[in-house]
Amino acid sequence: MASQNYYDPADLKRFGNITEWSKELGEKFFEYYGKVFEEGALSAREKSLIALAVAHTEMCPYCIDAYSKDGLQRGITKEEMMEAVHVGAAIKSGASLVHGVQMMNKVNKLEM
Amino acid sequence: MLKEKKKKQQSLHKRHSDLAIANKQLEKLSNGIFANGELPTFSQKIKETDQFPLRPKKLEILQINVGYMCNQVCEHCHVDAGPDRKEIMTRETMEQCLKVIRNTGAHTLDLTGGAPEMNPDFRWFVDEASKAGIQDFIVRSNLTIIRANKKYYDLPEFFKSHNVHVVSSMPHWTRGKTDKQRGEGVFDQSIKALQELNAVGYGMPDSNLRLDLVYNPSGAFLPGDQASMEKDFKKALLEDFGIHFHNLFAITNLPISRFLDYLIASENYEDYMYQLVEAYNPAAVKNVMCRNTISVSWDGYLYDCDFNQMLELKVASKIQHISEYNEDILNDRKIVISQHCYGCTAGAGSSCQGATAT
Repeated sequence: MASQNYYDPADLKRFGNITEWSKELGEKFFEYYGKVFEEGALSAREKSLIALAVAHTEMCPYCIDAYSKDGLQRGITKEEMMEAVHVGAAIKSGASLVHGVQMMNKVNKLEM
Repeated sequence: MLKEKKKKQQSLHKRHSDLAIANKQLEKLSNGIFANGELPTFSQKIKETDQFPLRPKKLEILQINVGYMCNQVCEHCHVDAGPDRKEIMTRETMEQCLKVIRNTGAHTLDLTGGAPEMNPDFRWFVDEASKAGIQDFIVRSNLTIIRANKKYYDLPEFFKSHNVHVVSSMPHWTRGKTDKQRGEGVFDQSIKALQELNAVGYGMPDSNLRLDLVYNPSGAFLPGDQASMEKDFKKALLEDFGIHFHNLFAITNLPISRFLDYLIASENYEDYMYQLVEAYNPAAVKNVMCRNTISVSWDGYLYDCDFNQMLELKVASKIQHISEYNEDILNDRKIVISQHCYGCTAGAGSSCQGATAT
């Protein structure tokens, strides 16, 4: 039965079901996803913190739940998690503010 | 708030909590999501891979619980141990255990509790048991006991003189996380105890005096990769406190006793059970510890593991007490299971010796 809410925490458990309507693409996605998070030039721990920061900038409640738990499982501290969230927030606010230069350029061009 | 804090310093038994009763725990683990078919029961799950009934392999580990008394009241404790627990193994039962220890084929003897050191006959028992020449003689020490009272200060030397393998709990390398799970001040005392163990040679690189740490997650989540956690623990404890240890065992919290109480109170029970079932790993079933272990309770009864002991699920054998111990008959039993068993088969598997399927 469809939920009355756009977001339902239980839907995260059903993420894997997306393969039901497109097996090939769904499976390719999950294979890629799994590979991305393996230990590489970056540690799995570093990747988890990046994912947590992006989860916040994307404002994805599923991803926030998933990577908060993932962080705890890896022994990542609350302080580290919050710093990662601030990195995301700083980039997000910086991304808004840097457009202020465009505004200034436009205003400077139009004004006498 | 104060009342809440005081409650946390008492066992479920002392609080007369429903969950102090083993049957109530078993009911909780069999009803709800497991009764309505939302999640498969453990027996259904292992049937899928033809692993039912679960049967023992060769006995390797004899684990003896010498009493539920402890100087700590950890939030996740599956024993519901604490200063208010009076169940203590008597010397008579220890003597029955010694007879078995002298004749067993097991290569590991594992003493646990509560805080095993609080049993008044602990030192006598270790002294006698160490004469049996068992290859690996483990004592599970909570560390703070070494600092709890003058009479325990010489424990590191005592362990050393009996070549005991010390296995100790440490939920995190930071004070906040450790104290939240194990009680205020536990982190600082544990660090001091580890330094004292190091000082007599325990845990030092190339030392034969084995010192391993046990990591239990401090909340409703599963342990991460054991090898990565070990790396992080080693780096932090060495950099911050100059502490060395050998191996880290990552152990999953099983949904029984105080951890079950926490899961229910924090409304994490269902999600946690989902996590365990989703992380089910058939390969971990092959090496699950109940297949190579016998657990003995303070009053001499026999169980498939320490968790079954706390759930009062005795071995399904005509031999149920250490006084009538017979390894061949015992090895012919079916292992008693319930939904808590998912805790030992999640992810890389979990046992008192850490991951089982790495």
